[in-house]
Amino acid sequence: MKRAVSATAGRLWPNATALVLAAGFVFPVYWMFSTAFKPTRDIITDEPVWFPFHGTAEHFATAVRAPHFWTLAGNSVLVTVLAVGLSLVIALCAAFALTRMRFRGRRGILLTFMIAQMAPWEVMVISIYMIVRDADLLNSLAPLTCFYMLMVLPFTLLTLRGYVAAVPRELEESAMVDGCSRRQAFLKVVFPLLAPGLMATSLFGFITAWNEFPLVLVLNKEPAMGTLPLWLSQFQSQFGDDWGATMAAASIFAVPILILFLFLQRKAVGGLTSGAVKG
Amino acid sequence: MAAQLDDAVGKAAPRTGKGGGPPGRRTPRPPEHGAVRPPAGRTPRSAAPGSSARRTPYLLLLPALLATAVLLGWPMVRNLLLSFQNLNMKELIQHLTDWRGTGNYQEILGSEQFWRVTLRTLVFTAVNVVLIMVLGVLIGLLLARLGKKMRLTLSLALVLAWAMPVIAATTVFQWLFDSRYGVVNWLLDQAGWHAMAHYDWVGTQLSTFSVITVLIVWQSLPFVALNLYAATTTIPRELYEAARMDGAGTWQVFTSVTFPFLKPFFLATTFLEIIWVFKAFPQIFAINEGGPDRLTETLPIYAFTEGVGNLHFGMGAAISLLTIVVLLAMTAHYLRLTLRQERHEENEL
Repeated sequence: MKRAVSATAGRLWPNATALVLAAGFVFPVYWMFSTAFKPTRDIITDEPVWFPFHGTAEHFATAVRAPHFWTLAGNSVLVTVLAVGLSLVIALCAAFALTRMRFRGRRGILLTFMIAQMAPWEVMVISIYMIVRDADLLNSLAPLTCFYMLMVLPFTLLTLRGYVAAVPRELEESAMVDGCSRRQAFLKVVFPLLAPGLMATSLFGFITAWNEFPLVLVLNKEPAMGTLPLWLSQFQSQFGDDWGATMAAASIFAVPILILFLFLQRKAVGGLTSGAVKG
Repeated sequence: MAAQLDDAVGKAAPRTGKGGGPPGRRTPRPPEHGAVRPPAGRTPRSAAPGSSARRTPYLLLLPALLATAVLLGWPMVRNLLLSFQNLNMKELIQHLTDWRGTGNYQEILGSEQFWRVTLRTLVFTAVNVVLIMVLGVLIGLLLARLGKKMRLTLSLALVLAWAMPVIAATTVFQWLFDSRYGVVNWLLDQAGWHAMAHYDWVGTQLSTFSVITVLIVWQSLPFVALNLYAATTTIPRELYEAARMDGAGTWQVFTSVTFPFLKPFFLATTFLEIIWVFKAFPQIFAINEGGPDRLTETLPIYAFTEGVGNLHFGMGAAISLLTIVVLLAMTAHYLRLTLRQERHEENEL
C-alpha cells in the first residue's frame, strides 16, 4: 500500500511540474493571440478576461491598415529568404572544407568565424551607415540582404560543421571508389544526408533576419523600404496603449516563424545536438 | 576597394602553377602532408590531383571569407578609425575628419560610468547564463523522465516559446507587466501581495532587470532544455544501468554519467548563451531604453546610446570596440579549448 502511494507520487510530481512549466511557457504566446482577438472593453479591465469570448478581427484590420504594411511584409520575406539561402550555400561550402580537409590556416580561419559570431552589429551601425551611404545604396534592399546574410553566416557555418562531421567519411569514400569524383560524391551522397541539418540551421537564420531592427532603422529611412520589425515598433509608439492592435501586430509578425518552427523543430533539436556534442 | 583587392587575390590563386606557388597561406605544403588525403580510385579527370586538391579548400572557403572581409572586416576597420576621431552630427553631415588620437579611449576608460556599466554587464550576463543553464538542464532532465504524452506537451510548449520572435516577445512582456492592466500585477494582487496591484515594473533598476531577466530566461530555456534532452538520448543505456547497479542516486548519476558524457555540449551551449545574453539588445532597449536613469544599460546599449542616441559617433565606436574586448575575454577559455581540440582532430584528417 505504502509503496503504491509513493510510486504514484513519484509519477505525479514530474507530471505536475511539467504541466505548470508548459502553462508558463505557453501563456505569453496565448495571451498575445487572445488579447489580439478581444474587443477593447475586454482588454482594459480590472479583472482579466481569460478567453476571447467576443472574438473580433478589428485589431487585425487596424494593424494591416497601417501604411505600407503589405510592401514591408514583402520586403521582409524577400530579404530574409535571400539572406538565409545565400548564407546556407556559402556556409555549406566552407563547413565542408573546414571539416573534411586539412590545409594551412585551417584553425585560424575557424577562429575568425568564431569571433565573427560575436560581432556586435548593433553598435557598428554607424560605420555601416557611412559605408552604405558612400556607396549610394541607402534605402535599398541589397545591402540589408548582404548584412543579414553575414549576421547569420558564422552560426550557420559552425553548426553545419557538426552536421558534416556526423556524415560518416566512409560513405563518401566508397562513392569515390565507385568512380564518383569528390564533387559527385558530395552532391549524391553527402548532400542528401545534410538536408535535415540545412533545414534546422536555416531556422536560426530565419529568426535572426526576420527580427533585425537597428540596421534597417538606420539604413532605410524611406517608409516603403523598411521591414516588418520597423512596422511593429512604429506601430507600438503610434498607438501607444492600444494593446489590442499592438498584440494583433505582434501576432502577425510571429505567425510565420511559429509555423516554420512547428514544421522544422524535430530536425532542429536532434541535429543541433550532434553538432554540439562534437564540439 | 577592399572587395576588389580580395577579388584580385582570389582570381590570382587558381593561376599559380603547381610547382612554385606564391608565398603566404596558399603556399603548397610538401607532398607528404598533402592538403587532402588523396582518395583511392580518384577519377582521372583532374590532371594534376595534388595541386587542384590543395586549392580546393581555399576555393570552398573563398566566398565565406570574402563576404566576412567585406561585410564585417571593413565595417570593423571603419569602426576602429572612427574610434580615434571626434565625430558628431556636424562632422558626419559635412564629411569632416577630425582626428582625436586616443582621446575617446582616455575619456571612456577614465569615466566611472564605463566601469560601472561593464561590471553591471558582467553580473547581468552571469546571473542570466547561470539561471538558463541550471533551469534548462533541470527541464531537460525532466523531459527525459516524462511519459510520452506529457513529454510531447511540454516540448510543444517549449517550442512555441522558443519560436517567438524577440521583438514580438518583448512587446508581449511589456503588456504582461503593464502596471495598470497587466496580468502579472493582477495575479500578484490576487495572491495577496496587494502592494503590487499597480506596481510600475520599469520604475527601479532591480525591477526592470527582473522583467528583462524573466524575458530572456523564458526565451532561452527551450534551446537548452530541448537540446539537453536530445543529447541525453545519445548516452548509451548501459552507462545508466551500470551506475544504478552501483547504487548511485539521481544526483550521482548526473555527475558521474550525464555531465561527463555531455561536457562538450555544456561547453558549447554555455559559450553560445554567454554571447547571446551579453549581446541582448532589443529586449533591454524596448523594455525601458536602458532606464530608469540609464541604470539598466549594458555595454551594447551603452555604446548605442552614446553613439547613435547622443550623436557622439566616435565615442560610440570606441565603446563598441571595448565591448568586443570584454566579450573576447569572457569567451577566451572556450576558444582556446576548441582550438586545442581541433589540433587533435586535425591529426585524424
